[in-house]
Amino acid sequence: MSKILVFIEGNTDQLKNSVKELLSAAHNSGQNVEAFAFGSQAKTLANQAGHFGAKKVYICSSDSLNDYNPQAFLTACKDIVAKSQANTLLASSSSLGKDLFPRLAASLNTGMVSDCTEISFEGDDVKVKKPLYAGKCSAEVSFENSPIKMVLMRPNQLPINEADTSQEATIEEINVENTDLKVLIKEIVKSTSEKLDLTEANIVVSGGRGLKEAGNFKLLEDLADALGATVGASRAVCDDGWVPHSMQVGQTGKTVAPNLYIACGISGAIQHLAGMSGSKVIVAINNDPEAPIFQKATYGIVGDLFDVVPKLTAEFSKVLQS
Amino acid sequence: MKIFVCIKQVPNTEAKIVLNDNKSAINTDNIKWIVNPYDEYAIEEALLLKAKVTGSTVTVVSMGPKKRVTDAVRTALAMGADDGIIIDSPEDQDMFTTALALAKTIQSEDDSSVIFAGKLAIDDNGAGLPQALAEYLNIPHVTVISEFSQDGDKFIVQRETESGSTKTYEVNGPCVLSTNKGLNTPRYASLPGIMKAKKKPIKEVEFSSLGIEASSSKLTYSNFSLPPEKPATKLIDGEPESQVQQLVDLLKNEAKVL
Repeated sequence: MSKILVFIEGNTDQLKNSVKELLSAAHNSGQNVEAFAFGSQAKTLANQAGHFGAKKVYICSSDSLNDYNPQAFLTACKDIVAKSQANTLLASSSSLGKDLFPRLAASLNTGMVSDCTEISFEGDDVKVKKPLYAGKCSAEVSFENSPIKMVLMRPNQLPINEADTSQEATIEEINVENTDLKVLIKEIVKSTSEKLDLTEANIVVSGGRGLKEAGNFKLLEDLADALGATVGASRAVCDDGWVPHSMQVGQTGKTVAPNLYIACGISGAIQHLAGMSGSKVIVAINNDPEAPIFQKATYGIVGDLFDVVPKLTAEFSKVLQS
Repeated sequence: MKIFVCIKQVPNTEAKIVLNDNKSAINTDNIKWIVNPYDEYAIEEALLLKAKVTGSTVTVVSMGPKKRVTDAVRTALAMGADDGIIIDSPEDQDMFTTALALAKTIQSEDDSSVIFAGKLAIDDNGAGLPQALAEYLNIPHVTVISEFSQDGDKFIVQRETESGSTKTYEVNGPCVLSTNKGLNTPRYASLPGIMKAKKKPIKEVEFSSLGIEASSSKLTYSNFSLPPEKPATKLIDGEPESQVQQLVDLLKNEAKVL
């Protein structure tokens, strides 16, 4: 029977939604599902993965794998892939995933595709779809000469199953010796933000030059708080230092595909659209009716954001609390 | 110090994308090509490193149809790179084949100290070539670097993750580093630079001479499609109070995203 191996990314005590998506897709395919996790929380995550259908989870719970080291993770992955003998490997198209799996694929002489938005299983075979040219077209990608097909999915693309707590995974601890590391982690500076990462967020509220100055981002933070959203920004305001680059949505920033994207005072340059046009519903608020963002939007309000946004915050608070 | 930079030509960001007749690729007839923006950070960092380390050279390597690749390499030479290598290949080789060809080509040169490449190419949004290249060369890699410094044969680099956290890595050369925005500000080619570039050496390598087996190709792209027609934008009229009420109602009851 064909087997899918899912990478459980993260080292917190809760499975990320992006990982639940992968486990659900793997389970729904009807194939045998295995998974693997690294770091001190691996066992906790492995148990949760069982509830989403993983039959077996390989873990390396060494503290030395709490933080991403390209070389150490690669060694551990090779070991697990060899043990599992899976036909397909699923992981998130995250910064970690995009660093690790291309190299793993090259080392195993097999294929890997990143940034996929659709996946379908046909027997042993896997087909995926991915956007190209900044989302201006997309293509199907199929594998050849690939003993294990590696697919990195964009977050927020696949439905999540209900957890079934009666299902449990067998857990197998793997010991990996890492000697002669040529890459060493010297320092880690954690972000001060407690908010959910932009690429994983279900709702994103984004601001651009129309906010006029850095301090006015407070308006968007209030709106985001009312909605449980994460705040993003256009390139222009990141370049000007109003907000950190980690908040930038667009071609040279992050690609997001939330259920709801609210663009406030963003004109919608093609580079920005490249980073958010995969959003399911787009709301544009801008005082310029000619702004290109209105071409992409589902709903548009032509108006003064300083007037509209606070009223919108109040309305969301009212409706969501009732 | 021998510094290599791997670059790619991509359609410019504003290019209108049209598909070819059998939907197996895009139609490249009217495409204006540019050096992949992330590769410009790679070229710049190589030039900055060359300026710091006496006796270093910067070699630019690129693979693809000859004419297009030559333009890209000339651009890098005009910015200040010393020489170029082009691997003349048929269009649309997959990432693994390309990485293997680059690895074989770089291996046949002098020992490299460091290889820079952009963190991703804006055409296929692939972000894997530098890592695959590092694997084929059996040297370490760090991707998405936004800070770089050198300490003997060690490099100190900073990598940013989604959450905005940064990690500083120490990596021994030779290694592959993929460059992110924020690392530097790429210079423009000066007029004298453009003139000089015309005389700088470009070595040509035939892809077929590298002995790469067809089985190194892992991915096939097919059935290209343009995004579905989007329904017309619903513009919400009225006074702000009424606009926000209508919007929230639509999000809740029509789009059902709340």
